[in-house]
Amino acid sequence: MIAIIDYDAGNLTSVERALRSLGADCAISRDPEFIAQASRVILPGVGRAGAGMASLRRLGLDRVLADTVAQGKPFLGICFGTQIIFDYSEEDLTDCLGLMPGKVVRFPVEHRDQAGEPLKVPHMGWNGVDWKKSHPVFAGIPDEAEFYFVHSYYLQPASGQWVAGTTDYGFPFTSAVARGSLVAVQFHPEKSGRPGLKLLENFLAWDGKEGGDAL
Amino acid sequence: MLSKRIIPCLDVRDGKLTKGIKFKGNVDIGDPVEMAEFYYREGADELVFYDITASHEARDIMLEVVRRVAERIFIPFSVGGGLRTVEDMRAVLLAGAEKVSVNSSAVTNPQIIAEGSRQFGAQCVVLGMDVLKVPGSEQIPSGYEMVIHGGRKHMGIDALWWAQEAERLGAGEICLNSIDADGTQHGYEMELTAMISSHVSIPVIASGGAGEPQHLADVLTGGKADAALIASMTHYGHFSVAEIKDYLSERGIRVRKYW
Repeated sequence: MIAIIDYDAGNLTSVERALRSLGADCAISRDPEFIAQASRVILPGVGRAGAGMASLRRLGLDRVLADTVAQGKPFLGICFGTQIIFDYSEEDLTDCLGLMPGKVVRFPVEHRDQAGEPLKVPHMGWNGVDWKKSHPVFAGIPDEAEFYFVHSYYLQPASGQWVAGTTDYGFPFTSAVARGSLVAVQFHPEKSGRPGLKLLENFLAWDGKEGGDAL
Repeated sequence: MLSKRIIPCLDVRDGKLTKGIKFKGNVDIGDPVEMAEFYYREGADELVFYDITASHEARDIMLEVVRRVAERIFIPFSVGGGLRTVEDMRAVLLAGAEKVSVNSSAVTNPQIIAEGSRQFGAQCVVLGMDVLKVPGSEQIPSGYEMVIHGGRKHMGIDALWWAQEAERLGAGEICLNSIDADGTQHGYEMELTAMISSHVSIPVIASGGAGEPQHLADVLTGGKADAALIASMTHYGHFSVAEIKDYLSERGIRVRKYW
């Protein structure tokens, strides 16, 4: 059973629908016991760091998620659910879950591309990923595949060793991280067509052991 | 870099497409769910459903359509038309839409943008704008005025001011429809699109007037649009989404080519 964590962070049903379409046995839950029993855990979400962390703490889920990762259970973060596993987010100046060393910072207000053209924030729409690691969860995804992004803040892992993929938006930012049994992406695989479904399918089959060889 | 998005728009009434759609290849489709799936497989980057039903009973029919679409396509889609309250928005989002779009209801009640944005996040809230070109005046300095009811009612509100105000209130995206260009198939309203897009920091979807791929190339470059809405040019089989993308790609415009 796969637990999709419910912490009042936006629309979780799209993740559930995508997993169901792959035949997965999954449930949206905020029950710490249920989540502790699950075979794998997905932390999805759209939302704000301050409110998201407050919900996780109030529901007692911060500890459950830390246990999940400590036990080596396959864990997937999606979009805001990825940002909140870092140590700290500039959004609402929030101390986050600390499951991934590093922080989350905002795109510049006057963001521009290399040619000096203004770039809009949020970074919204389809963009590619430059994969940095071979990893079971990212296997079989063609290099030209694009994924659907919506975010104004981006990931800054404390070490490059956990960077699994980067995406170019004015500069290359980290769009996928992997560390042990934890994989997390900035984009929405559940809204990214076939390549996104492939990623989810890979996650469902993954034993939580990192491939992790640098490409 | 971010790809430019190509977004087919489907008008739905009482759970059915308003016009029989004839795709390239002569496939007749009247069911919005099948149509959505067809476009998903054809490489559309996103879909817009516009519910032109007025009655309350038909609301539930639309929600059922949204649920069925959400089970079968895995790209973002938005639903607009007749959403007047935050509760209306919530129902559509829970049914599986990624975004909701508000248009005339936001002009008469701007707070729906702020409330929707606060409850569901700015990325969910699309502001639909119906705009008419008018002589510049003290009241309408940009020369573009907000209209509702398909252009029949002038609101006395400047379109540029309204776009910026909506962004301030928390809209996450603007779908900008030119009433002058709509239905002409002579091309998007370039001047309007470039003006609005360069004065807001949220993405702008150009709408109204698309008749051939060149029009999309124009509005996605000179028109500074982030995405382009299309309807009849693909609905009636003149072009496929893939053909449009090939055309844009050959002209150096980045589009999503693998799906």
